[in-house]
Amino acid sequence: MTATLTDHATDSRREETPALLEAVDLHKAFGPTPALNGASIRVRAGEVLAVMGPSGSGKSTLLHCLAGILVPDSGQVRYNDRDISSLSEAGRSALRRSDFGFVFQFGQLVPELTCLENVALPLRLTGVRRRAAEHSAREWLERLEVADVAGMRPGETSGGQGQRVAVARALVAGPRVVFADEPTGALDSLNGERVMELLLAAAQDTGAAIVLVTHEPRVAAYSDREVVVRDGRTRDSELGA
Amino acid sequence: MAIVGHTLLALLEGGPRHGYDLKRAYDERFGHDRPLHYGQVYSTLSRLLKNGLVEVDGLEAGGGPERKRYAITDAGITDVAAWLDTPEKPEPYLQNTLYTKVVLALMTGRSAADVLDAQRSEHLRMMRELTRRKAGGDLADQLICDHALFHLEADLRWLELTAARLDQLAAEIDPGKPS
Repeated sequence: MTATLTDHATDSRREETPALLEAVDLHKAFGPTPALNGASIRVRAGEVLAVMGPSGSGKSTLLHCLAGILVPDSGQVRYNDRDISSLSEAGRSALRRSDFGFVFQFGQLVPELTCLENVALPLRLTGVRRRAAEHSAREWLERLEVADVAGMRPGETSGGQGQRVAVARALVAGPRVVFADEPTGALDSLNGERVMELLLAAAQDTGAAIVLVTHEPRVAAYSDREVVVRDGRTRDSELGA
Repeated sequence: MAIVGHTLLALLEGGPRHGYDLKRAYDERFGHDRPLHYGQVYSTLSRLLKNGLVEVDGLEAGGGPERKRYAITDAGITDVAAWLDTPEKPEPYLQNTLYTKVVLALMTGRSAADVLDAQRSEHLRMMRELTRRKAGGDLADQLICDHALFHLEADLRWLELTAARLDQLAAEIDPGKPS
């Protein structure tokens, strides 16, 4: 009974909160292959939204369109009431640096830089001076329990340590949305769990929303709600589609 | 023998106990949502006694049946060891019911995808609850919740696989329908 009341309270709060990021009727094809075929999704500030679906269903394409990495063939992506699909590549790139953070399954860290420099990078790219950027980076590494790898290159860390460094890098610049694409896909259960706990705790403290693409139900269970993508279409109970 | 019998027996390996102490030890460690009834404790102990797996170790002065102290016998210890060494039979859990629902939905022209989506949503709701409980719990809670989470995840993987095969299943149910 308590759970039901809580769910209802959460639902009504959710209805009152306007969308921070919204995709409407997205279509995207790569050559003759359609990847998105009328996908719509709504993300609210501070919400953790799981995007689920089988391999090849269009989950990652949807994430890339939401984040302004890809431009849809038709449909709209709105962030803070602004149509980001119509922005120039430079405009979208600036938005990604200032407002979005990214955690991927593999390879997002720059191998030539130390972990500390990797985490400081998003701040350096927005003009923060080295000393201040590295100070913040060190704090984030401590928070993610990997301060000891600060001076190592990514190749010298374990998978779990590397993903924590990636989470620190995604959050260091204070993004409003973190896009996480299979963030625990390469980790064992315990490491994956810890990365999710740390990612969620950090996002909750900073008020960032998380768009979590995953095919792992145990990872999706960290979300507030889920949207399912199948054959390029979304099934979002909230949008009635 | 039911799990309660084996559990009480194994708890007695730590030393003789009264029925009341056994119930308390059981509830504390395993009773989380379903504490034992006293009646169940005493009926289980009398069955163990009858089977020679426990013996009465002493009676306290003025004691009725509830004042008996029980100890595990050698046969009881052997029984616990055999139980622990024997793997549990994997259970099919929900699949039979869900399979029946999916097939019936297809047979009656309803949306089997909706059946699967509703079930996914319900499974995830339960998994969120367990994940939250795990986050606030001690190691015992975490291990118990993990067990439930992994089983629910197995069901969910089955749901996804079935969702991907719905067209094929529909064609097999109705051979006239194109696959």
